[in-house]
Amino acid sequence: MTGNQIPQKLTQWPDERGRFGDYGGRFVPEILMPAIHELELEYEKARNDPSFFATLEELNREYTGRPNPLTLADRLTAYAGGAKIYLKREDLNHTGAHKINNVLGQLLLARRMGKKRIIAETGAGQHGVATATVAAKFGLDCIVYMGEVDTGRQRLNVFRMEYLGTKVVPVVSGSKTLKDAINEAIRDWVTNVESTFYCIGSVVGMHPYPMMVRDFQSIIGEETKRQHLEKEGRLPDALVACVGGGSNAMGMFYPFINDKSVAMHGVEAGGRGSGVGDHAATLSYGEPGILHGMLTYMLQTDDGQVGDVHSISAGLDYPGVGPEHSWLKDTGRAQYTSVTDAEALEAMVLLSKTEGIIPALESAHAVAYAVKLAGTMSPDKSVVICLSGRGDKDMEAVFDMVAKGGEK
Amino acid sequence: MNNLRGTLEAKRTKNRKILSIYLTAGYPDLQATVPLLKAIVDAGADLIELGVPFSDPQADGPVIQEASHKALEAGTTVGAIFPILKEFRRYSSVPVILMGYANPFMKYGWQRIVKDAAEAGANGFIIPDLPPEESDEFAVLCHDAGLDLIFLVSPVTTPERIEKINELTTGFIYAVSITGVTGVRQSLPPATHAFLKRLRQQTSHPALVGFGVANAESAQILAEESDGVIIGSAIIRRISEAESTQEACTSVGSFIREIRSALGENE
Ligand SMILES: Cc1ncc(COP(=O)(O)O)c(C=O)c1O
Repeated sequence: MTGNQIPQKLTQWPDERGRFGDYGGRFVPEILMPAIHELELEYEKARNDPSFFATLEELNREYTGRPNPLTLADRLTAYAGGAKIYLKREDLNHTGAHKINNVLGQLLLARRMGKKRIIAETGAGQHGVATATVAAKFGLDCIVYMGEVDTGRQRLNVFRMEYLGTKVVPVVSGSKTLKDAINEAIRDWVTNVESTFYCIGSVVGMHPYPMMVRDFQSIIGEETKRQHLEKEGRLPDALVACVGGGSNAMGMFYPFINDKSVAMHGVEAGGRGSGVGDHAATLSYGEPGILHGMLTYMLQTDDGQVGDVHSISAGLDYPGVGPEHSWLKDTGRAQYTSVTDAEALEAMVLLSKTEGIIPALESAHAVAYAVKLAGTMSPDKSVVICLSGRGDKDMEAVFDMVAKGGEK
Repeated sequence: MNNLRGTLEAKRTKNRKILSIYLTAGYPDLQATVPLLKAIVDAGADLIELGVPFSDPQADGPVIQEASHKALEAGTTVGAIFPILKEFRRYSSVPVILMGYANPFMKYGWQRIVKDAAEAGANGFIIPDLPPEESDEFAVLCHDAGLDLIFLVSPVTTPERIEKINELTTGFIYAVSITGVTGVRQSLPPATHAFLKRLRQQTSHPALVGFGVANAESAQILAEESDGVIIGSAIIRRISEAESTQEACTSVGSFIREIRSALGENE
């Protein structure tokens, strides 16, 4: 209708309507439309401003501690008995996860736009902590919405956010988890749209967020590519990343999308079974629908209500997924699979005991699948796991589970 | 036969204010909806917005969130709304707009929802999370079925955008009084009044103001600057306070009568 150019390469998405194929878009209340158009415009300007990326690059280096290593996991490799396993060490970033890559980008943009009030949602609390951290560094007011179920299972992160000067608002509506925290953040944004910058924590929501967050997270894949080339003289054969909203996976995958020899595997939360409400494996079991401003795969009931989800890890406990993943699934460029709570817990122990690295429960999902995958591949191949975060935040919950002698 | 535009235009040409009432379908249960609809029109409503409940109503405040939640718990589905509407149509021809979020409609099927709504006697749709950017195909379906698709504008909508929305909306234009979610407000900011003035000069459609209308007094003030008002949360709250459907009907009825008389009686 608007003479849209259809992108030829997968990396050229989204189109100007914010669509990846059919997925994505801007399904938001009218009140947000001007803010979204403004954000799109400002991001476009920032994107074309070398000083913006120079500042971001400096912060990534001096504040986050990038580049982080691509570590050869030799004992894990021996255990899996196949392809070489490398770990992309997002766990070593300041604040302990990949989330800060995105937050630095967005809050730099917020600063450029003169917005002094920052809101965010958080599930595991990692995005909330990253936002609270950067808000403190930039001198911005910060409010984080977090489901009441999650404030319970991620108490340490609640304390960290408050310690950093952020106000944490427990969300008691709906299922009291990540999706409800997003609803509440959107309600806040609708109310305070003129003063407030909404810092979304994954490649989800309305355009331009899925594109913007992907761009800020792409540093994961860019570094990985360079480091793998240095170490092996070639590209890796497979990438494995966990998928909640999908930002660490998208950041890892995106720079490799046109490298057809590189297989890409997204690992979702298989929870305790394949029944409705027992998992959060959106791409594995869901269907297209409209949630949080985007058309994407989602878990829903026969009547179009948002489905209940369960995962042992708060960061994967989400009934939707970034629209670009929906597109990568449909085009077959990436494969999506799931790993159960029990397998993730086992993998958490495995990585701790073989490599001396305690992964976040979210990242443990990727580890569990990568070990299976590597076992089916020959030793001259390599697999890169996106180790999206460290496990300190999960220690208390895991301790409780072990104390109770089993899952939950 | 769609009598929404006729109804609203007739009121407007006589310079009478329009009163639109929002009710969540299936709240507090499915049996209550028809009696409540009857009480609402008997008390003088010109138009009904029948809310289709959704699990994640992003544009709604706590009162309507809670009503949606209860309605879903009571087993309300998209399909369950049509028999209710048909039964109501035997009683009244007051226009009914279905108001709901995009996903339950998409899941039901965009074509199917339009067909079933038209058959059951609905007059149109309001879908808060389907802005003009995303509504092309659905607008065509509505148009072909003779149903109205009503778009919203807010105090932060630019004049250029209002112009565009004015071209797209049919039936009326929904003026959101404040930046915020639904819910009763004790007072409205000066920006609301400036916005309504600006809007009236720009739109050729009847402009109805919704979000935050608390009582007869605020209804009267807002109606002076528009073609009428939409009341939702204040109605739902009265239903939530009632002990029975009958009591809810009485309470809602007397509240609407109060507002009706503040806006000027129907002839
Ligand atoms: C360590 C870690 N990994 C992964 C995720 C999932 O998010 P995403 O899929 O956007 O990477 C989270 C979310 O909180 C996280 O904390």
